[in-house]
Amino acid sequence: MKVQNIQNNAAEDALGVSLPTRRVESFHYTDLRSQLGTFASKAERPSEEVAKKLGDGFPRLASNAAVLHFYDGHAFERGEKLPAGVSANTDLPKAMEVDGLDDTIVAINNKISTDGVAISVAKDANVDRPVGLAHTFTGTSGTTASTRYAIDAASSSTSIFIERFMGRSTDAHLSSSVVAMDIGEGAVLNYLIVQQSGLGAEHLGRISVRLAENAKLNLFILNAGGKLVRQEVKVDVAGEGAHVEIKGVNLVGDNAHIDVTTVLDHNVPNTTANELFRNVVAGDGHGVFQGQIKVAQIAQKTDAQMACNTLLLTDDGDFSAKPELEIFADDVLCAHGATVTDIDDDHLFYMRARGIKEKTARGLLIKAFVDEVVEELGVGEEIEEAFIGVIDNWLDTNVS
Amino acid sequence: MLEIKNLHVRIAEDETEIIKGLDLTVAAGEVAAIMGPNGAGKSTLSYVLAGKEDYEVTEGEVLFNGENILDMEVDERAASGLFLAFQYPMEIPGVATMNFLKAAMNAQRKARNEAEYTTPEFIKKVKAASSDLSIDFNMLKRALNVGFSGGEKKRAEILQMALLEPTLCVLDETDSGLDIDALKVVSEGVNALRDPARAFLVITHYQRLLDHIVPDTVHVLYNGRIIKTGDKTLALHLEENGYADVIASAA
Ligand SMILES: Nc1ncnc2c1ncn2[C@@H]1O[C@H](COP(=O)(O)OP(=O)(O)O)[C@@H](O)[C@H]1O
Ligand SMILES: [Mg+2]
Repeated sequence: MKVQNIQNNAAEDALGVSLPTRRVESFHYTDLRSQLGTFASKAERPSEEVAKKLGDGFPRLASNAAVLHFYDGHAFERGEKLPAGVSANTDLPKAMEVDGLDDTIVAINNKISTDGVAISVAKDANVDRPVGLAHTFTGTSGTTASTRYAIDAASSSTSIFIERFMGRSTDAHLSSSVVAMDIGEGAVLNYLIVQQSGLGAEHLGRISVRLAENAKLNLFILNAGGKLVRQEVKVDVAGEGAHVEIKGVNLVGDNAHIDVTTVLDHNVPNTTANELFRNVVAGDGHGVFQGQIKVAQIAQKTDAQMACNTLLLTDDGDFSAKPELEIFADDVLCAHGATVTDIDDDHLFYMRARGIKEKTARGLLIKAFVDEVVEELGVGEEIEEAFIGVIDNWLDTNVS
Repeated sequence: MLEIKNLHVRIAEDETEIIKGLDLTVAAGEVAAIMGPNGAGKSTLSYVLAGKEDYEVTEGEVLFNGENILDMEVDERAASGLFLAFQYPMEIPGVATMNFLKAAMNAQRKARNEAEYTTPEFIKKVKAASSDLSIDFNMLKRALNVGFSGGEKKRAEILQMALLEPTLCVLDETDSGLDIDALKVVSEGVNALRDPARAFLVITHYQRLLDHIVPDTVHVLYNGRIIKTGDKTLALHLEENGYADVIASAA
């Protein structure tokens, strides 16, 4: 007889939410029930002085952004002027529905979020400045900090959001972010997620997106921090002509476990998707990419491509890539590829034969491998250079 | 400048001996051609000089300006003035050619305790050298060798050589993959670098390149050894008669 999950689990009890083990397929590589720490209390609202200091050392990624600040999960008014065409309502958006253990992150977020924001981008608005969503954490041991957003991009609008997580704490603390996005007809939404939490951070993120006709999601995920990170992306491709572009760089350091799980539901004909991840694993880091693409029977002419390439710098680390295609239509183009390699010795030799020291050559090759993804984002030079700066910092500390 | 004495080299992985007691001396200012059929060990020799780890030296020594370079790291050999123009230049995705050139030039200058080039100095040098070699400057903004044609890759190798100003230039089949116009451009680039203080080891198996880069000495490499040495007329002899009689008379 099989006994399931009947032992008490401290992490579960503290959060009051059932946690999946690896027996739940979508959590096969990230066993939340055994890997998640125990978090029993919400972080208190920090004082103004404490909050101000928390952001030191994390310079802005875009000089012209309007940034909404959350410190330890609490919203702080900083008098930033939103760009024309963008409005915000700081009431906590309503909780997202939970459908079983696959939505565990949503369930946790529903339980622990107190603050959030609902943002609307007006019809036809061509928003010229990025909107920042900045989360900074004190990271007191055993605490949680969590937010929930709703973003509604009306038809034919264009906008850029940068959601960023920052901290330095090496103590175990939990953060969570759930975002519901609705991208209207012909609208383009750029959503850039930058993870720079401290080495003790455990982070559970989910973005759930619905795309109308000819809408475009341009999503970028840069994981460069945290101890246990799971970022989920669920996209309902619901309008013909819609396109999903997902790019990511996962920098997996020693002791870190970084999981990006994407689920694309193509529910109508003539939609396209492209996913590209480049990962670097150092030390004994564990990386995970699960990419599910579901094509409904009526979703003919779906074109979905997925690639996940990893540079594994040590024998102690690993990266698990699991592409999963569930295709019920017959006239579709779907492809996926995953590679795991070390730095190419011939490349290294060529560079050294020109006088470049081995360490520098390795650094240049690793950087080239991931920078390529950033350079193709098309979100402007300043932001791309800032992301490359975040990557450089990570490489400096994690790769010797 | 270069003295190779009784060099024996095997492939590290399977211990097959490729270079079997090779002797060669090249003086400063000399252009020495190394000719030999496919598989003779020409590329292996060039890789061993540059320091590729796939090969293991079991005997002999290689002195470069009196120093045993076999004890030096790959990048140290380069900084001390050795340059290998690869038979098959590597494509390096994501590394812009300009960034690569700057990293290489400044790494070598740093190793020699010389001041690094500023960006304007560097750009000026690259612009001048690339126009001499009919290289479109915009090409250098692209990733190193990625999507370059065969001829463009070889020209890019000579560009690197011109910019790094080595004292010993090893050219491994620089003529392969070049049409006649590109061959002229590349040869002129090489000839422009001829200097009493600089030596060349020009590896080829066709005489054609040597019409443009006229050698002082010609050495036939066969089965891991130099089996015959002569002047430029030896190359002409090989062109007409092939390697068979030289090989037969050496056996
Ligand atoms: N890394 C290697 N692994 C296995 N065989 C090699 C390797 N390098 C060279 N060889 C072999 O050594 C011989 C000489 O090769 P090479 O030096 O490339 O000749 P050449 O340049 O004169 O045509 C060939 O038989 C080749 O197959
Ligand atoms: Mg060869």
